[in-house]
Amino acid sequence: MEQLAFASATIVIGIFGCVAWFWGSNWLLDRALPPRGPHAGRNIGRAARVRPWLFLGPAVLILGVYLVWPVFLSIWLSLHDAAGQRFVGFDNWRWLIADGKFRESILNNLMWLLVVPAASTLFGLIAASLTDRLRWGDLAKSLIFMPMAISFIGASVIWKFIYDFRGEGQAQIGLLNAVVEGFGGNPQTWLTLTPWNNLMLMAVLIWIQTGFAMVILSAALRGIPEETIEAAVLDGASPLQIFFKIKVPQIWGTIAVVWTTITILVLKVFDIVLAMTNGQWGTQVLANLMFDWMFRGNDTGRASTVALVIMLLVTPIMIWNIRTARREGM
Amino acid sequence: MAGVELHGIGKSYGEVPVLQGIDLDIAGGEFVVFVGPSGCGKSTLLRMIAGLERITAGTLHIDGQVVNDVPPAQRGIAMVFQSYALYPHMTVRENMEFALKIARKSKAEIAAAVDNAARILQLTPYLDRLPKALSGGQRQRVAIGRAIVRDPKVFLFDEPLSNLDAALRVATRIEIAQLKERLPGRTMIYVTHDQIEAMTLADRIVVLNAGGIAQVGSPLDLYERPDNEFVAQFIGSPAMNLLPAVLVGTGAESRVQLPGGAEVVLPLATAAALQGQAVKLGVRPEHLDLAAPGTPALIEAPVEVAEKLGDVTVVYVTMPGEAEAVIAKLPGTAPVARGEVLRLTADPARMHLFHEGKSLRRG
Repeated sequence: MEQLAFASATIVIGIFGCVAWFWGSNWLLDRALPPRGPHAGRNIGRAARVRPWLFLGPAVLILGVYLVWPVFLSIWLSLHDAAGQRFVGFDNWRWLIADGKFRESILNNLMWLLVVPAASTLFGLIAASLTDRLRWGDLAKSLIFMPMAISFIGASVIWKFIYDFRGEGQAQIGLLNAVVEGFGGNPQTWLTLTPWNNLMLMAVLIWIQTGFAMVILSAALRGIPEETIEAAVLDGASPLQIFFKIKVPQIWGTIAVVWTTITILVLKVFDIVLAMTNGQWGTQVLANLMFDWMFRGNDTGRASTVALVIMLLVTPIMIWNIRTARREGM
Repeated sequence: MAGVELHGIGKSYGEVPVLQGIDLDIAGGEFVVFVGPSGCGKSTLLRMIAGLERITAGTLHIDGQVVNDVPPAQRGIAMVFQSYALYPHMTVRENMEFALKIARKSKAEIAAAVDNAARILQLTPYLDRLPKALSGGQRQRVAIGRAIVRDPKVFLFDEPLSNLDAALRVATRIEIAQLKERLPGRTMIYVTHDQIEAMTLADRIVVLNAGGIAQVGSPLDLYERPDNEFVAQFIGSPAMNLLPAVLVGTGAESRVQLPGGAEVVLPLATAAALQGQAVKLGVRPEHLDLAAPGTPALIEAPVEVAEKLGDVTVVYVTMPGEAEAVIAKLPGTAPVARGEVLRLTADPARMHLFHEGKSLRRG
């Protein structure tokens, strides 16, 4: 009950705070530089230059405090020891390069990077083009999209049941093992089978992200001018040729945006690994490694170093993604 | 020379018919224009010939073959779309090559066809550009080039000039006319709602209205001998005036009386059964002229609006008791003022007579 009251109060304060800020600050600006009187023209010009900062100000401030400042702090921490007290130079970076678990994480992240965006985009594209041709396509779409509404942790729990293994003499409740047994095979402890367990973890994210890819790509496919497809029909192109030579090239920009958006997400993948294997059996990834060193190893130096590596990997893709998205006008 | 024959062609979407009983023979090498108001089904008819819409009734022959169920690419047709429908990710050259590559033609053959089309359409300098780097007129030329390289038996044009501005429309219209002269053996079917395009390009015009053919004929045929009120008013600009009248004398010549009392004798035979029937007297605005003093006038009414266009003066006069204005197109800068009572008359030989919407000149 107390929490509910707090939450409500936060919402009310947040909304009214915003309204008060925007209304109040603009009112003050208009008082300070009135748009009338002898200097009306000059005042309007000056106010127009100040006003954008009134709107941008809070966002710039909050981004600065929560995004930019932590970056510099991370850089500083990565050059200090576990407690963040003693300057150690590049010791943390040297440790990182030599660390076996880090190499495993980088390799796994690379695998995730190759498999998940490719598979999600491909399945999304297939789902988008097939559902657009079905009478019950909208229903199929909502079913495929539904996993998007499930948190990563929730999805992991669901998939943990699918991969579940019960010991000798117990009934197998895991879907995969039930199927294997049904075909007369031996149940497996799927999540410990290196390196295949990585793929099983990836399946969770692919399952979630296919819906996202499908929705965006479906909109893009619908945006293709019908006449270009009719022209291709008249030119004698087969449905497959129309798909690969006329449709896909026309939505290439959107495919790239979907791909990179998922790529960025994949670089940050954490919850799924944490919930399903916690990085054991050769499934460690960078974000989970960072988490481990930060909260289990209590080493801010090493954790910050890993964090910076993730940021360095994400940044170029992010820049490219934003540029493409702008060009596409999405 | 491939002709196109339509026998009882119909199209309905579920229970809703949009076209019914279309019978039309288009000879090989003919330039036929489908014209009509929006929603008359002209584009649907063209798309049925192209194979983009399924034919729900009747048979379609192209070059003597029934093609109702032949896929579009094998009908020997090529189509130019109103929106150009260029492939935006391909250069001009790739756009034109596409159909030939799909058909697995040899490289030399493809290059020759593309170069030829580019030369005809003056597109050679633009071959390596993307469509977005071209002007509207150039894009439409690429679309035409894409049709030419396929060397089709029948060209289909779906309002190809509608997206161009007025000046370019005239220029491209002339180019299409020249293209037809270069390819005398190719049949062309052209859809437009613009009667000027229809009149200038067509060997024969097919006027469509409300899902059927209103009249088929040469441009001047339609202008001089419209079969019905619809064609009479659709062809010609401004539209033909239709004056309510009564047929008071029948026989080898017909005597018609206007509500104002004016009478006119038309050199037109009518059956005695029509004596006393309500008819419409059709007079084209360009055929109305000022009546000489002392001669009887057909129409005597005050000027409501006078539009002076320089070469002609378009005058709107309203007869007492009539809602619709009568339009007269007087040559030059006729000295008419608003409110002035004009006495207008016309040559009876150029008048038309309609009974229940149909021309009495028929048959």
